[in-house]
Amino acid sequence: MLSSFANPARFMGFSSWAAPALALLAVALFAIGLPWALFVSPADYQQGETVRIMYVHVPAASFSMGIYAFMGAASFIGLVWRHVLADIAARSAAPIGATYAALCLLTGSLWGAPTWGTWWEWDGRLTSMLVLFLIYLGYIGLWSSIEDEERAAKLAAILCLVGLINLPIIKFSVDWWSTLHQPASIFRAEGPAIHASMLAPLAVMAGAYAALFGALLLFNMRAAIHRRRIEAARLRAGAT
Amino acid sequence: MSAFAVTFRRDFALMWSGGGALAPLGYFLGATMLVPLAMGPDRALLAAAGPPLVWIAAALAVLATLERLFQADLEDGALDQMMLSPAPLEVLVFAKGAALWCAVGAPLALAGAPAAIALQAPLALVPAVVASLALGMAAFIGMGLVGAAVTASVKRGGVLIALIVLPFFAPPIIFGAAVAQGEAVTSALLILAGCALGACALGPIAAAAALRLQAE
Repeated sequence: MLSSFANPARFMGFSSWAAPALALLAVALFAIGLPWALFVSPADYQQGETVRIMYVHVPAASFSMGIYAFMGAASFIGLVWRHVLADIAARSAAPIGATYAALCLLTGSLWGAPTWGTWWEWDGRLTSMLVLFLIYLGYIGLWSSIEDEERAAKLAAILCLVGLINLPIIKFSVDWWSTLHQPASIFRAEGPAIHASMLAPLAVMAGAYAALFGALLLFNMRAAIHRRRIEAARLRAGAT
Repeated sequence: MSAFAVTFRRDFALMWSGGGALAPLGYFLGATMLVPLAMGPDRALLAAAGPPLVWIAAALAVLATLERLFQADLEDGALDQMMLSPAPLEVLVFAKGAALWCAVGAPLALAGAPAAIALQAPLALVPAVVASLALGMAAFIGMGLVGAAVTASVKRGGVLIALIVLPFFAPPIIFGAAVAQGEAVTSALLILAGCALGACALGPIAAAAALRLQAE
């Protein structure tokens, strides 16, 4: 299954319809999820209306971490099997992951102000999210500062994998350090600690974020492949 | 003489003749001096919050030495010689890191003693602070090798190294600060030793992989 995606021509054929389809799906899911989450779903008995920030915040948080894991897998494939498409996938995912992380930090801060009484608290989860955001920035910065694309891809892949090892270490160390953020309430052994009337819109929003990521990823990758083809054509034109 | 010893000697001699730890020590002192200027010289306030800030100054001082670590070798061809050597590149990279620790890391850790005293750390705590800084420097350098290696071919990559490496400095800073505040000193020192060992074991491997790509 992986190797069938490694062929850029086949990928361009597949993504030419998959990217707009995912984009449409994202628009549809946001059109359902946003009004549902922001207006229809019940207010929390403790948090009141501010609970609605959660529907924007939680999917951004989990996908920004998931996207980094995806980049780690793509970097590994790019390094080991030298698939050009995997390099392009890792690079194309980074700005999306960074944006999700920024969105998570921003909405978390907006939620923290009325609920915790502070815009920012140096607690374990907030700090490790900030660290993740900085690692994204370093990755993007490294990639954009090296001109040779292939070399940049390999170096960024090494950095991504080192970050992948370090992230859990950083996470546990800051957890040990101090903590205010509530623990996970959806994926728990005892089942979700959140009522179905809130879980359903959250699931729709999570689907919307996933579809948006997929669509943006495919569009970014297509743009990167087009850019490479243009450069190759230019080189050929210059050589003759 | 083994390849490790040769590389270690060469790098140590180069760093030492280039001023050695003098410039990083000056950087460290200057950054420490800014702390009471920013916080106010109130002794009680400094005693409560000052000593851990030694760690910020030390992290920045060692960070500043990383930019030229591999760049100079890449430019003058020394790196190509290292790759031709039958010794594994990982070992030579480790030797360079060890030389950096001896030339810059250890003096910085020792300078942590007067700096911590000046920031009102209790005298009894100072040996632990120096020991923790010595371990922390090893962790910083191990991680810094990776940042320095991936940016070796980037011109003026200093800011980029900082952006790449600083997030990874979080664990040593957290446990180093715990030592400087006198909390759970023994266990924090043990965890710092773990950070240092992990970074020194994995850092050279990742750094050597990155260097191979750039010398091709």
